[in-house]
Amino acid sequence: MTDQPAPLKRVLRFMGDNPIIPLIILLILLIGVLEYMRPGIVNERWMGNTIKFAIPLAMLAACQTLTMLTGGIDLSAAVAATISAFVMATQVPIMGVPLAICIGLIPAILIGLVNGFGVAFCRVHPLIMTLGTGLIGTGCLQVYQRFVIATGSVVPDGLAWLGTGRTWGLPNSLLLFVPFAVVVIWAQRRTGFGRLLYALGSNQTASRISGVRSWQVLLALYALSGLIAGVTGLLYVGLIKAPSLSLVNPLLLPSVAAAVIGGTSIFGGRGGYAGTIVGALILTVLGTLLTLMQMPEGARRILFGLIILAVTTIYIRLTDQSR
Amino acid sequence: MSRIVARHGWTLGLMAILVLLFVFTKVIQPNFGLTGLDSLSRATLPFAFATAAMAIVVIAGGIDLSVASMMAVAGVTAAVLMEGAGTGMTLFTVVAVLVIGLGMGAINGALIVVTRVPDIVVTLAMLFVWEGVALLILKAPGGAATPWLREIIVGPFLVPWLPRSFVFLVVCLAVVWIPLRRSRLGLSIYAIGSDELAAYRSGIAIGRTRIIAYALCGLFAAMGGLTLTLSTGNGEPIPGPYLMASVAAVVLGGVVLGGGKGALLGPIIAVFILRLVRMDLTLISVDPNVTTIVEGTIMVVVVMIGGVLAMRGRRQ
Repeated sequence: MTDQPAPLKRVLRFMGDNPIIPLIILLILLIGVLEYMRPGIVNERWMGNTIKFAIPLAMLAACQTLTMLTGGIDLSAAVAATISAFVMATQVPIMGVPLAICIGLIPAILIGLVNGFGVAFCRVHPLIMTLGTGLIGTGCLQVYQRFVIATGSVVPDGLAWLGTGRTWGLPNSLLLFVPFAVVVIWAQRRTGFGRLLYALGSNQTASRISGVRSWQVLLALYALSGLIAGVTGLLYVGLIKAPSLSLVNPLLLPSVAAAVIGGTSIFGGRGGYAGTIVGALILTVLGTLLTLMQMPEGARRILFGLIILAVTTIYIRLTDQSR
Repeated sequence: MSRIVARHGWTLGLMAILVLLFVFTKVIQPNFGLTGLDSLSRATLPFAFATAAMAIVVIAGGIDLSVASMMAVAGVTAAVLMEGAGTGMTLFTVVAVLVIGLGMGAINGALIVVTRVPDIVVTLAMLFVWEGVALLILKAPGGAATPWLREIIVGPFLVPWLPRSFVFLVVCLAVVWIPLRRSRLGLSIYAIGSDELAAYRSGIAIGRTRIIAYALCGLFAAMGGLTLTLSTGNGEPIPGPYLMASVAAVVLGGVVLGGGKGALLGPIIAVFILRLVRMDLTLISVDPNVTTIVEGTIMVVVVMIGGVLAMRGRRQ
């Protein structure tokens, strides 16, 4: 009895070692509650819709996950995504679709590069840096809007197909997301770049002494984050089909929450993208659940906040992150 | 003398910028005078309180993303309670709102201490919670503010060039900040922000100090919400742009993110600088959207220069 750990303890330890399992259990539990409340709601169509809305969130949360691995955060991601979507949609009537998509992605990458420059060379706290560039980006977008007010905006059919269409019951956006997720997970686990992110997040001084040129990694990381945000914006405008000046902004805080629920430590060096994907699904299902409950909007927000807090607390206890 | 300059270099620099900006304002708008000063000061009030709230938790080594939401809760509570209220009820409302602010902040702090979840995450979650509470209290903008209380922040005080709202701000901040700064508690707040482990080993109750710092943050946020209701005359349940603005002013004001350094004076001067820049740009009829770009650029450039200077300082 003394040698053998209690069964409960063993289960807890197993979950601590495989942190994604309790998350998946939570997800299934939430879906169970949903099915209990509205029998028959969980069907193929519902699953397709949930996945469709979880994908942009999960992609935006990729920006947060990757930057959080180095101990950073990217609060300009939503603005970069919105700019990409808006610029693309307004350039389509002038430039044609392929060129408009390229033009749309440029500002997003530019924002990422500025973030990377500030974080890598000037040692500005990423929170401040990305907040500032987000502010600048919003202003630029508003000024830009006044120049293109006459051209109108068009969401290309291809993006609408990718965003809302479905093939054999599965949303088409999976065509973009599955390869994306595979590449990100592969990159963070198997490539040198991914390991450098963990190294920088675990101990910046140690990695510098080991010969990591942190400025190269950080510059590349934030530029990549900008690019991912831009692509997310393009996908999201295909889903919503109405470009506006605050298109993706409501997803910003949930994207941080998805990464945190998914087990990525905000201090860096811990976590990964697989958890974030489950986190994004959990948040989306939670959103549906709260909408179904006949509650005032205020009560729903309170519950949303409390659940994020509760999940994170349990998760941190489970994986025993002492910090 | 040189020691004072070295210690307060950042604040003195900000002061110089502020004075230059006032001169610039007078040049581009020769009839900028008492009414301009009054409206500037009144518009700055909620921003200044939000900044003070943020500054105190940042000094304690934390951050509070729920400042704007707490302001919304305080604002709508005040507006609902003050609708048609008499003198006694109004005074009760003011006290109640301040106590609620302290309570909200203390809840934030206690959750951070108890759950051991990073402060950014806790206050991010609480941002949704307080936003929800504000919406439950008041679904759409409404309520009212007692007229005689609104007079407190309108018009000049004693001498014509001193806006009442500015005096109000200084008094409110000083009443909390000066005794705090001179007390053991204030020292503890700086200590936990500077080095938590060292503070712990010096016998400071880390958890309690942190909760108090967040409670004071809530108190300032409640003052901010109250002044917001007083200046607009009704309660607004949707949080305003105070989160971003307060972080910008705190950083511009020389409070180091990570804690232990800075004071309240710098951030408050920074708030006035940012508001005055906005007003100047409006005066020279620049597109208000360009103003947002300018504000963001100022913030980014200043923190970049600050970062480079800090690196230089470490190397020497």
